[in-house]
Amino acid sequence: MTDAITAERLVKHFGDVKAVDGLDLTVPFGTVFGLLGPNGAGKTTTVRILTTLLRPDSGQATVAGIDVVKHPDEVRRVIGLTGQYSAIDEYLTGRENLSMVGRLYHLPHGYVKERSAELLERFSLTDAADRPVRTYSGGMRRRLDLSASLIGRPSILFLDEPTTGLDPRSRQQMWEVISDLVADGTTVLLTTQYLEEADQLAEKIVVIDRGHVIAQGTSDELKTQVGGDRLEVVIHSGSNLEDASTAIRSLADGELTLDVTTRRITAPVSGGSTILVEAVRALDATGVSLDDIALRRPTLDDVFLSLTGHAAEEVAVDADKPARGRGRGRKGAE
Amino acid sequence: MATTPAPEQMKRPMFGWLLHDGFVVTQRNLIATTRVPEVLFFSLVQPVIFVLLFAYVFGGAIPIPGADPDAGAAAYREYLMPGIFGQTVAFASAASTVGLAEDMQKGIIDRFRSLPMAASAVLFGRTASDVLRQVLVLAVLSVTGLIVGWRIHNGFIDAVSAYLLLLLFAYAVSWIGCWIGLHMPNTETANTAGLVWLFPLTFLSNAFVPLTGMPPVVQTIAEWNPVSAVVLACRELFGNPTGYISDAWPQQHPIAYTMGSCALLIGIFATLAVRKYRQSA
Repeated sequence: MTDAITAERLVKHFGDVKAVDGLDLTVPFGTVFGLLGPNGAGKTTTVRILTTLLRPDSGQATVAGIDVVKHPDEVRRVIGLTGQYSAIDEYLTGRENLSMVGRLYHLPHGYVKERSAELLERFSLTDAADRPVRTYSGGMRRRLDLSASLIGRPSILFLDEPTTGLDPRSRQQMWEVISDLVADGTTVLLTTQYLEEADQLAEKIVVIDRGHVIAQGTSDELKTQVGGDRLEVVIHSGSNLEDASTAIRSLADGELTLDVTTRRITAPVSGGSTILVEAVRALDATGVSLDDIALRRPTLDDVFLSLTGHAAEEVAVDADKPARGRGRGRKGAE
Repeated sequence: MATTPAPEQMKRPMFGWLLHDGFVVTQRNLIATTRVPEVLFFSLVQPVIFVLLFAYVFGGAIPIPGADPDAGAAAYREYLMPGIFGQTVAFASAASTVGLAEDMQKGIIDRFRSLPMAASAVLFGRTASDVLRQVLVLAVLSVTGLIVGWRIHNGFIDAVSAYLLLLLFAYAVSWIGCWIGLHMPNTETANTAGLVWLFPLTFLSNAFVPLTGMPPVVQTIAEWNPVSAVVLACRELFGNPTGYISDAWPQQHPIAYTMGSCALLIGIFATLAVRKYRQSA
């Protein structure tokens, strides 16, 4: 069987900015695939190409085995898209929005009615179903937007930063909904700049930066790629930091990082939990007392930092973000 | 998670889908109109204010050539109403400009583009709903006209023909409005750009003043302006004073010229707008 999504050497320029620069991607059917990167990494542009909203300058892409440039109409029949900004009509009610989208998918009238009711129920929107969307909260809009993408039961779903701008509770709700979809067998391509989100939802993650893939694998594989465990100790204010560093250096596999203000020492270690015991003993022997000690696996934040040389949140280039208001960077897209 | 089985997408010939999808979008636009009645209300108030201002401020000062000199301001009010009709339907195109710009800015166009719908249905739906709204606007304006003394003097068929010509003209300028709207970076710009060209278009015409008072170059422009043709056609069909009619072809054949120029405008701007809509994907 062919893969759900493939991309080969995709390139897209906006003026002088190379938003996507030779991107390769393979997403098997039935998986949740995370496209992880900072703002401006090219995530949205990639999704817009795959969903036929943008034509690539060069390279090839298929969705469900269909070429996105040659047969965009056929691709549109099998996909659902939920973008960063709610693509729903403010003035229509939730139910009217779903009905409109269902009819434009050319689905039978009776089916659209039944399916809309089902989705409204599933997304806890039944009470608000007959109110104009103007009155909805951000989380409700996002859920309605997702319902609209699901009305035709697409086999491949694109979610472009589905939780950006949502409060923690709404985000948690979205995560639950997405997990359910996956259980349903839908292939999901999810873009996110939240490492936690990719970690939670995606079986496989591709990290992109400046328009191309810089790493891929499962969340565990990516973490292993960065290195093993880290020992973190916070030294009590009455104890000597120097003494503590010396004691820990003897146990570490590599360089220590020392944060003087928070009195935190971090060291790459190996040997699992026994190292904790050794560390406590060694520190105790030098008379250092501790506020905290922990052994932790690297987070995707660490992965990102070690891969790109910058943390995920602190990137200034903003190539694939909307240039104005709530719209998209349409100027560049022309 | 769902119990409803995956559906079969229905099959229809391409043109059938264009009509179906255009109808869905038209319906959506009309529902949206009813949800913001304020917008509709003010789009009705504006032409009514124009009627009152022109009728009672300029009215007495503008003599209508050929009209009964004793009628004075009353003759001008009869002369004015078709002009206001023409101007009002022309300004309706601004709604198309702003409506499309708003859809693009809010991202719903992305939704439409990612659906397997007929691409140009968004534009056909927009122009159709904007013209349908004009039916209501023309009704309100006609009542206002009757109140200030305007009358339909010819038969029913002639009057219906006049209204149909106005709607045809509204449809043509609505396509120009769409084409402009697709170039707009945001709704604020669309609000200005959608209106600015309409002032010269409607004022360089016989809508409010007879052509006789204009300098020769301006008069030539006004003679060939489709607004003049549709307004003159309405005056003739309603049996209102026509003022001075020049020898220029559009002035001699206003109905034919209106239909021809509208067909041409629709042909040009529908093509350009549909192409632009597809390109800006």
